Amino acid sequence: MTQDSVITEEMKSEVGVESEPSVYEIEKEPIRRWAEAIGDTNPLYHDEEYAKKKGYRSIIAPPAFVAQYAYPTKAGQARGRIRSPFTRMLNGGNEYEFLKPVQAGDTLTATTKLAELFEREGRLGKMLFIIYETTFKNQNGEVVAKSRNTGISY
Amino acid sequence: MAKQLFWEDIEEGTEITTLEKQPTTQQLVRWAGASGDFYQIHYDKDFALGNALPGVIVHGALKSAWLGQLLGDWVGEDGVVKKYGCSYRGMDVPGDTLACKGKVTKKYVEGDEHLVECEIWLENSKGEKTTPGTAVVVLPSKG
Repeated sequence: MTQDSVITEEMKSEVGVESEPSVYEIEKEPIRRWAEAIGDTNPLYHDEEYAKKKGYRSIIAPPAFVAQYAYPTKAGQARGRIRSPFTRMLNGGNEYEFLKPVQAGDTLTATTKLAELFEREGRLGKMLFIIYETTFKNQNGEVVAKSRNTGISY
Repeated sequence: MAKQLFWEDIEEGTEITTLEKQPTTQQLVRWAGASGDFYQIHYDKDFALGNALPGVIVHGALKSAWLGQLLGDWVGEDGVVKKYGCSYRGMDVPGDTLACKGKVTKKYVEGDEHLVECEIWLENSKGEKTTPGTAVVVLPSKG
C-alpha cells in the first residue's frame, strides 16, 4: 500500500461484514414494468396464464431483475458504510449467478457484504474500487441468486 | 417465441442471435423508475457534464439487463441462464445503436447438465466493445 492510499483502517475493517438482512417481495407489476423498460416481450415475464402453463406458479423474474430491483432501494443500505474521499461514482461491472427460478409471490431476503477494496491510477486520476457481494434467499431459505458489483469512486 | 435451441445444435464459435437496442433518454428514465437507480448522470445533462461526462450515459445495469435478455432469448424456455457478468469499459450514450452479441467458447457436460460457456458483449455503432462479459448457460439435450 502506498503512503497516499485513500483506504483507511476504518474502511478495511468493513470488509467481510454482512449487512442486516433486507426482506422484499417479488411482485408482478414491477416485473412487467422492468421488462417493458428494457424492451423484453418474453411472455414468461408478462403473462401469468402462459407462465402457469409452463409449470410456474406465476410470472417469473427476468435475469438480473432480482439483483437490480433490490438495489438501491432494498439492499443498498450496506453501501453507506464506506466513506470514499471522492464524490463521483461509476458502475464498473455486474456479475449474476442464478441458482433457482424466482417467481412473483416469492419473498426474498438479501444480505450484502463489502468483498474487496483496492485503488488504481486511471485516466480520471486515482480511483477506488469497491466490490460488494449480495446473496438472495427465498422464503424456503434456499439461495436463489448471488450478485457481485464493482463500484468505481473517483 | 423462437424455436427451442438444443445443446447439440451449437458448437464452439456458434454466434448468439444479435439483439439490437436504440436507447432514448426516455428509455433511461423508464429504466431509472423500474430499477430504482436515480443517479442523475443518467437523465440530467447538466449534472452529467458537471461530472466530466459527455452528457447523459446509459446505465451500466441496463446494459447488463439487455445482455440478460440476449441470453434469455437465445436459450429459450427450456434453457437456463446460470450465470453471467460484464464490465463497463466504455460509456454508451442514448441515440446510438447498440448491439448485444455473443459466441460460444466451450460446451461440456457436468453431471446431468449440458453446459455452454459464451463470450458476450455489447458494442456501439463504431463496433467498439464497450461492455465485454462472459456467461454460462444450460441448454436442453436431444439425447
